[in-house]
Amino acid sequence: MSKILLKARFEKVKVILVSHLICILVTIACIFPLVWMVSSSLKTQETVFKDFSLIPKSPHFKNYLIAIKEANFGIYFLNSVFYTATVVLAIIFLSSMAAYAFSRLRFPLRSVFYIMLISTMMIPIPGIFIALYVLLNKLHLINTRIGYILCQINAGLPLSIFLFKTFMDKIPKELEEAAKVDGCNKFQIYWKIVFPLSRPTLGVIAIFNTLAVWNEYLLAMLVFSDKSLMPLQRGLMVFYGSHLTQYPLLMAGLTITTIPVLIVYFFMHRYIVSGIIAGALKG
Amino acid sequence: MSEEKVSKLKDYLTSYLFIIPAVLLFSVFSIYPIFKILQLSLLKWDGISLYPKFVGLKNFIEVIKDKIWWKSFLNAGIITLLALTVQNALALVLAIIVDKDIRAGEIYRVIFYIPPVLSGIVVGLIWNWIYNYDYGFLNHFLEVIGLGGLKRAWLSDPKLALFSVAVVHMWKGFGWGFIIFLAGLQTIPRNLYEAAQIDGATPWKTFLHVVVPMMRPVFFLVSILTILGTMQIYDIIVATTGGGPGYATEVPITRILSSMLGSSRFGYACAEGLIFGVVLLAVSLIQLRISAMMRNE
Repeated sequence: MSKILLKARFEKVKVILVSHLICILVTIACIFPLVWMVSSSLKTQETVFKDFSLIPKSPHFKNYLIAIKEANFGIYFLNSVFYTATVVLAIIFLSSMAAYAFSRLRFPLRSVFYIMLISTMMIPIPGIFIALYVLLNKLHLINTRIGYILCQINAGLPLSIFLFKTFMDKIPKELEEAAKVDGCNKFQIYWKIVFPLSRPTLGVIAIFNTLAVWNEYLLAMLVFSDKSLMPLQRGLMVFYGSHLTQYPLLMAGLTITTIPVLIVYFFMHRYIVSGIIAGALKG
Repeated sequence: MSEEKVSKLKDYLTSYLFIIPAVLLFSVFSIYPIFKILQLSLLKWDGISLYPKFVGLKNFIEVIKDKIWWKSFLNAGIITLLALTVQNALALVLAIIVDKDIRAGEIYRVIFYIPPVLSGIVVGLIWNWIYNYDYGFLNHFLEVIGLGGLKRAWLSDPKLALFSVAVVHMWKGFGWGFIIFLAGLQTIPRNLYEAAQIDGATPWKTFLHVVVPMMRPVFFLVSILTILGTMQIYDIIVATTGGGPGYATEVPITRILSSMLGSSRFGYACAEGLIFGVVLLAVSLIQLRISAMMRNE
């Protein structure tokens, strides 16, 4: 009897060991490219091609200074921060307002507008950037901050409205009824009651749109030709295109781009999980 | 007008104020562009000239005859096939492991989702450096472990480039499938596993008869989203191969962009976009149909 038990326990330990082994290998595969990026960013233009150590003997932090000042990454960084902050704030307000109206208010053509707004969530339009480029040109918004920002706000609206509305539909209406009796109008009810109660969804929407805007490349490539307006992703490709072999500086630029994303991610990863699931199950 | 009617009208108008900003933005930056693409696809236009020429369906006919266009489709299709099988299988295996409440499960979960939060440009440029033939880490590593014979020009060998790019794409993507699979697995009641164990089912049989049937909608969803996402691959391509060598890693989006910016054929680019869109739309419609069927079962 005990022999069988022992054997069963042995089997169990084996399964756990193999499980961890697989997970640890995948962990290394996930982390290593990032470690290599940071490591390469601390080598010099000479050592980067010869020195394959993970931790360079004399880390060359000066690369970051050069990347920020001379390779324009300081400007690209500030641009990215500006675009991300503006777009995410605008999406939060515009989508929560619209979602409140769709969830609570009654007006003609309500569901027509709602379906229209969230339809692009389901229908992929892979060529839409051609028309956006033509449109921005026509409106003289090509190579301007505002043109890029407006396109990005619009891109984030459908999913955000959908998530906010789904959440608001579940908020009990008693509080609002009480506020109405106290003489609050719709705007006060939205701003003082429904918006604060939607905090959990707000987190999901904030992090998802932050990542989307920070990581966006295609539109930035089409819109900007002026280096002083470019966000990081675009700046990275411009730098790569003109300094093909300056790997330490390129890796410093990549690290500058990646660190804010990782910080945001580590602090808000809980929201990410619920967001991916909500986003995936929308269909 | 009666007072009641006036107040009702006022009520409607103030309600519209909530949706007007969103509707306006959407009309200008989503609805107008959709119609613009339809219109442009019928024109021969270089993007500048004031007099585009109407050419009917000529652009579409040319796209359909364009061998490079279909080659780009095939390339994206091959990456998609790899993502559907290799990437999603890895995601599922990892999800099953972490679902078993092993220690450090939470840490693994956080780490596996790091690649998906990075941008395609960042990921592409890092791997571009790792794949570098002379100085890249991969070839160096192969040499150090005594497999120097396997050294390859990963991104410039026409036979390998597509495969190398697919690896980068899968590296970036598996964590996303992992999270959804894990969420699906956690909805399976634990007592089903216990019941299977009492009946003497092996782990493999438990997987086939408990996990697979319960997870069918999740498998399906992940597959469709993998197809839609991978077919539209772009950022990783520009940051690694740029579509080359030759046309070895061209994908539909790089083709559309080079028709538009490279050869200034805006109408042709729109026709490509529409044909691509219709294919993707068909995939999403099949998804809606089948998930509706699954719900009715």
